[in-house]
Amino acid sequence: MTNSSPAVGLTRDEMAQRAALDIPDGSYVNLGIGIPELVAAYVPEGTEVIYHTENGLLGMGPSPQPGLGDPELINAGKRQVTALDGAAFFHHADSFAMIRGGHIDLCVLGALQVSESGDLANWSTGAPDAIPAVGGAMDLVAGVRSIRVITQHTTRSGEPKLVKSCSYPLTGPAVVGRIYTDLAVIDVTSDGFQLVELAAGVDLAYVQERTGADLKPIAIHPHGGD
Amino acid sequence: MIDKTHPDAASAVADVFDGATVLIGGFGEAGSPVELIHALIDQGAKDLTVVNNNTGSGEVGLAALIKAGRVAKMVCSYPRTANSTVFPELYRSGKIELELVPQGTLAERIRAGGAGIPAFYTPTSVGTPLEVGKEKRSFGDRDYVLEYGLTGDFALIKAKTADRLGNLVYNKTARNFSPVMAMAAATTIVQAGALVTPGGLDPEAVVTPGIFVDSVVLVPDPEHESVLVERGVSYP
Repeated sequence: MTNSSPAVGLTRDEMAQRAALDIPDGSYVNLGIGIPELVAAYVPEGTEVIYHTENGLLGMGPSPQPGLGDPELINAGKRQVTALDGAAFFHHADSFAMIRGGHIDLCVLGALQVSESGDLANWSTGAPDAIPAVGGAMDLVAGVRSIRVITQHTTRSGEPKLVKSCSYPLTGPAVVGRIYTDLAVIDVTSDGFQLVELAAGVDLAYVQERTGADLKPIAIHPHGGD
Repeated sequence: MIDKTHPDAASAVADVFDGATVLIGGFGEAGSPVELIHALIDQGAKDLTVVNNNTGSGEVGLAALIKAGRVAKMVCSYPRTANSTVFPELYRSGKIELELVPQGTLAERIRAGGAGIPAFYTPTSVGTPLEVGKEKRSFGDRDYVLEYGLTGDFALIKAKTADRLGNLVYNKTARNFSPVMAMAAATTIVQAGALVTPGGLDPEAVVTPGIFVDSVVLVPDPEHESVLVERGVSYP
């Protein structure tokens, strides 16, 4: 995975760091695979957050030191992790009771597309030869109180990922609250996309040009969100 | 005297029949009962419906069972993983059926099946392509879909420690689907890394009570899928 600095906007780590700032002390948090996994490294000092991984662990810690891992202690991305003091293991039905039952406070996921009404598409491009794979994403968006997305603002070929309505199959309708991209922080409101923050070096026009739906300019008190 | 132990994996899986539904524990390689799956390949049962979160990796364990042509249908949530090539090839050529189930719905369907609950409503998949064909109902101000309980003829699972009564504890995140699968199968077959005499497991810490278990085989140093894949092993 490369992480060279882009010409403009935030790196993957900077996006993760920005998302971490908004995680309230004491939260139970589930992080999706990809950039969301980086969030755990940036939770501010003095904030205690408990990470849930849907394959049966609360109190997930960072990757183990080389040679000290256990192939049976992994995260949802099937990478080796550690269990912190105070951790608990449980089976899958309990794990998804935590999710579906509304016990997990917050979830940070990746996205293929997010619509201005908060629809999320992140499991399939719908391509005819694709192997459909959904994992726990639909359960997470149906059950977790606050769903946040970290994503590049556009695809590699420059297509907007923030759109009026998703062309890819949905993971869930009207579920996303806040989006962190390399260019901006954006809230999904009943009025559509609301710009909350711009990355250094970009302005509203630059971000709007790369967004597939109207962006409301930054409000006077830019601390919205959920 | 109740003694659920078997001398080896071959005798434990001997009764698996053609067309059976087999619930196989594990999430990726964590909790995958590699030795029991290899014994099932040797045993030869075919036209199986296999329920697992994934479809295995490399050409060992579940992927080897699929490669051997024994699996007619997979029920899973995430059939793609790193080093997973066997299933995608067969799926693209129309040689294996797939029932894609959201992970939490899969876990709950198995739990319900094991608990004698024929069906339940869940919000998961509402408003997505996976709601198609499912009965829908509103409770309060929210829509839910009806999902059916899932049972199996057999479950193959991996435990850390067992006793002859079938009481089990697991290792870390290797627990995953195994406790609910043990409940949902008519016959649950366990490979355990250690066997202790009754009393050797703290009753407060038993995860799967022996009532859900039929057969236990001691497999002291189970293989890890990733290690076998790295070594380029192809079973058989």
